[in-house]
Amino acid sequence: MSTVELLGKQEYKYGFVTDIESDVIPRGLTEDTIRLIVAKKNEPEWMLEFRLKAYRHWLTMTEPKHWPNISYPEINYQDVIYYSAPKRKATKASLDEVDPELLRTFEKLGIPLTEQKQLAGVAVDAVFDSVSVATTYKEKLKKHGVIFCSFTEAIREYPDLVRKYLGSVVPTNDNFFAALNSAVFSDGSFCFIPRGVRCPMELSTYFRINNSESGQFERTLIIAEEGAYVSYLEGCTAPKFDKNQLHAAVVELVALDDAQIKYSTVQNWYAGDEKGVGGIYNFVTKRGKCAGRNSKISWTQVETGSAITWKYPSCILQGDNSIGEFYSVALTNHAQQADTGTKMIHLGKNTRSTIISKGIAAGKSNNSYRGLVKVMPKAENSRNYTQCDSMLIGSNSGANTFPYIEVMNNTSSVEHEASTSKISEEQLFYLQQRGISQEDAVSLIINGFCKDVFLQLPMEFAVEAQRLLGMKLEGSVG
Amino acid sequence: MVTEITKLENSYEEAFRTLQGRSKNSRGSWLPHLREKAMERFAELGFPSVKDEEWKYTNVAPIARIDFRPLLLADAVAPGSDANRLADFTCAEAAQSQLVFVNGVLRGDLSSLTALPEEVVAIDLSQALTNPGYSEIAREHLARYADYVANGFTALNTAFVDGGAFVYLPKSVTVKAPLHLLFISDGNRLATFPRVLIVAEENASATLIESYASTSDADYFTNAVVEVVLKDGARLEHYKVQRESAQAFHIATTMAELGPNTSYDATAITFGAALSRHDIHVTMDHEGAECWVDGLYLVTGNQHTDTHSVIDHRKPHCTSHQLYKGILDGKSRAVFNGKIFVRHDAQKTDALQTNKNLLLSNEARVDTKPQLEILADDVKCAHGAAVGQIDQDELFYLETRGIHHDLARNLLTYGFAEEVIGKIKIDSIRAELDEAVLNRLNARLEA
Amino acid sequence: MLEIKDLHAGIDGNEILKGINLTVKKGEIHAIMGPNGSGKSTLAKVLAGHPAYQVTKGEILYEGKNLLAMAPDERAREGVFMAFQYPIEVPGVSNAQFLRLAYNEKRKHLGEEELDPLEFKDLLKERAKVVEMDASFMTRSVNEGFSGGEKKRNEILQMAVLEPKLAVLDETDSGLDIDALRIVAGGINQLHSPENAVILVTHYQRLLDYVVPQYVHVLANGRIAKEGGKELALELEQKGYDWLKTTATETSGATVRAS
Repeated sequence: MSTVELLGKQEYKYGFVTDIESDVIPRGLTEDTIRLIVAKKNEPEWMLEFRLKAYRHWLTMTEPKHWPNISYPEINYQDVIYYSAPKRKATKASLDEVDPELLRTFEKLGIPLTEQKQLAGVAVDAVFDSVSVATTYKEKLKKHGVIFCSFTEAIREYPDLVRKYLGSVVPTNDNFFAALNSAVFSDGSFCFIPRGVRCPMELSTYFRINNSESGQFERTLIIAEEGAYVSYLEGCTAPKFDKNQLHAAVVELVALDDAQIKYSTVQNWYAGDEKGVGGIYNFVTKRGKCAGRNSKISWTQVETGSAITWKYPSCILQGDNSIGEFYSVALTNHAQQADTGTKMIHLGKNTRSTIISKGIAAGKSNNSYRGLVKVMPKAENSRNYTQCDSMLIGSNSGANTFPYIEVMNNTSSVEHEASTSKISEEQLFYLQQRGISQEDAVSLIINGFCKDVFLQLPMEFAVEAQRLLGMKLEGSVG
Repeated sequence: MVTEITKLENSYEEAFRTLQGRSKNSRGSWLPHLREKAMERFAELGFPSVKDEEWKYTNVAPIARIDFRPLLLADAVAPGSDANRLADFTCAEAAQSQLVFVNGVLRGDLSSLTALPEEVVAIDLSQALTNPGYSEIAREHLARYADYVANGFTALNTAFVDGGAFVYLPKSVTVKAPLHLLFISDGNRLATFPRVLIVAEENASATLIESYASTSDADYFTNAVVEVVLKDGARLEHYKVQRESAQAFHIATTMAELGPNTSYDATAITFGAALSRHDIHVTMDHEGAECWVDGLYLVTGNQHTDTHSVIDHRKPHCTSHQLYKGILDGKSRAVFNGKIFVRHDAQKTDALQTNKNLLLSNEARVDTKPQLEILADDVKCAHGAAVGQIDQDELFYLETRGIHHDLARNLLTYGFAEEVIGKIKIDSIRAELDEAVLNRLNARLEA
Repeated sequence: MLEIKDLHAGIDGNEILKGINLTVKKGEIHAIMGPNGSGKSTLAKVLAGHPAYQVTKGEILYEGKNLLAMAPDERAREGVFMAFQYPIEVPGVSNAQFLRLAYNEKRKHLGEEELDPLEFKDLLKERAKVVEMDASFMTRSVNEGFSGGEKKRNEILQMAVLEPKLAVLDETDSGLDIDALRIVAGGINQLHSPENAVILVTHYQRLLDYVVPQYVHVLANGRIAKEGGKELALELEQKGYDWLKTTATETSGATVRAS
């Protein structure tokens, strides 16, 4: 059995473009651009200040090109369109007012939004380029006191909550891309689960980039009050363009005493073609704060798309007994590059964190795990367990592990284990001998390799993730 | 920062000019030329700062701040150290196979090589550079592996290449007695630049002990560079034992270049110095090489120790094993950064890396960063790191057998270190470690 | 020798022992039996002084002294020995090294000369016969890589070396095949004398075929539910523990952790 050159030419089935007229602002970024966005969105003065502060800070910062294990040509930030919205914008009083073309688009993506077809048990906020076009089950959720709406609406309707928590986990000056996002973010999702409420359905946001010239800068803020619980899902796709598009999102989670937030992502942005032309630059800052005692934040991600992924969903374990989890599958093929992992910052006593990362590198791709576990002096009796496994498919890919472990007290313990392997030929042979095709066998083995992570995903997502992995790897082993 | 360093470099600069002035016309032009280039590079690089990823956790500003005086061989007054005072640092196994350097100067009166086979060469590096029999070998290998372009400390050491040890093991020679290179420092504010070059020809086999110690509590600065070259089938067991004074600064670089089917077994033991840093870099650019890159660090008080290792698998069928264990007490701090590279061609690599740390005090701190960078698919690589404290169930078990709480802690600490101590084949070093691990803890018992 | 009075103890705030009274005299063998979760192992651990367990009420007198005031190692040097249900592995510390240290600690405590490694080696060789262990076990790390039966034999070897006055054997028979059980039981019988006492904590009667107790105490729900002679064990073997549940009408507490 020999590993052959990549044959995978599976079509990216989400690569179509929606023909829709958009309200697009001129390229480039100045303070005037920000004022224009604020004016278009009718935002209050404090938002303008928030954005300008971030922008001014951004001007002083440099792009983190040095330390991550990724490389890409210089991005001209003056060549990006920072706001693009479908023209017939829905007032969202009723879904009937949403442009049918958009409804068709989301339906094609497997996210039907109309009342009759809505996914059972999942409330969806659909974001198209820079704006949220529809949110389902809003009223039903409201009855439970759960707020789930677009960010634009949240700024308008719940300014006090937004002001209180926006930037409280990821400050505007946190890093280059977070500062950029803070300056220009156009929309996104807002979730608020009040004290003691267990959110009755999964909340989800589906992100779609349609415009070839625009970046997407969305913002997600989830707040779970004392004793609340929410499971949130996020999916993303984009058309195939030869040009790279920038996606710089910021996600902030806040969990108060005894609250739990489960955040799952299946990321399938367009990854570029086999030669590495096109694809999304996915530069995302995601961070959760376990602010309260006994709180828990769990990140699960399946990263299969994007030309470049740069993201480190993290947990700040501030409350005593709080728990942080990170479960990740990152698959790269062709010319994809991923530098992803997590940070677990233990501040409170008896805090626990678990990191399970599975990296799969095929083609000429480069896949890095980068993680920080930091145990501060006062985080007594804290524990971390990390396991990072990599699998290489073909001999032209690279798999790297960069864990940073910093321990500052002796009542805590941290354990890190990592391994790198390839699909064993005996395993493949065994399965094939039982009549399973080689591609199915590979897919089976990979899914087994990722099982610990898939188990964390809600059912529908897990199935989708497995299918996606199989599809992405098709033809990559011979 | 830059201006401050530039000012302080002047004392190195001055000594450097003196050294270069004396060397003119004496040893051909390549050595002064090498030093010149290295000094230029040091002037550009200066000392590393914590902004440099490789120095993120180790701040060498204290070294930059103190005006250390480089001691030049020609100026060195024969120091007063005598054999009796060295007894603590010599190894019984190497009594007739040791070179002793005091403040950088080789002391013939304290050295003895009678246990070495005749064909083995172990001489002062400055002699080797002038000896027509060896100068070509020295020239072929010296500064070929230790990169002074990238590293400020290596640049500084290279700028002062003069004395040190030159060890040449001819083809197929087997040296039974371990060769001990003992570097003693005792001068306040003195900077020494030990330089060692070891060349082992085909199928040669030997054991080397490289140790650093002090007979005083002086605040000197050791900046050592050791280059090891193993040709086809050569084998070297290499022990580095660092017991510098509690005030000292110890910066050392070990570069090992492994030929086909070679075996390099390195063990670094760190006890001493206020601040120490060891960079060990093993390059496996030929098939069939195997290496062990192990270490044990025992620190307490305000000691800071940092190990950076790189194991570079460039060709197929090489195996590397790495085990570093650390025991930290007081307010000490340890840094471990281990990189394993598996290059594109290096199929069938087998690499295992482990770093485990035991924190005995709540104020000790560990930063560990084991890294894998793998570009070949048919490999077996794994690494692990752990930071923890004494296991309470084990402690209880020992206590129920009547062993005092503190003694039980000692025993468990010893058990933790045993994996490294147990592999040491030099009895006197192993005995010293046994004692050190159990005793430092006995001291707590009596306190 | 041992007097337990109204002992209440638990872990993490859950009370497991709810008033145990037990007296053990020199030369006696007692068996503590009971279903899973009845508190048998908790009692053993409290006697040895496991730090995770808190005594909330009652007292334990050992040779007239307050046992609860002593640290685990003090108790051991005073002659209290516990054979663990799950002996702990101690990597890097050899069995011989460990045993000599423990033995000498006790000698020191008694004001006797310590043995040097050679003298101790002879002693160890002698004692190892009790459990038919060969010399290769002595150089291996404590319990590391030992099979279940080897670990239990190693516990009895430690007992042989330390010569306790009171030996508490926690489920020493569990996981042993019949040959190993015979060896372990034979060891216990050899070491038992009119000068010491043994408490066997066990779920099954089968160990008691080999080591015959004078007294059997049945624990249920943290209390002694029934006491009797050796024949009580046989009765339990026939009837099982279920009938006890009706006699011990205690409200069910969190006893899951006690096994």
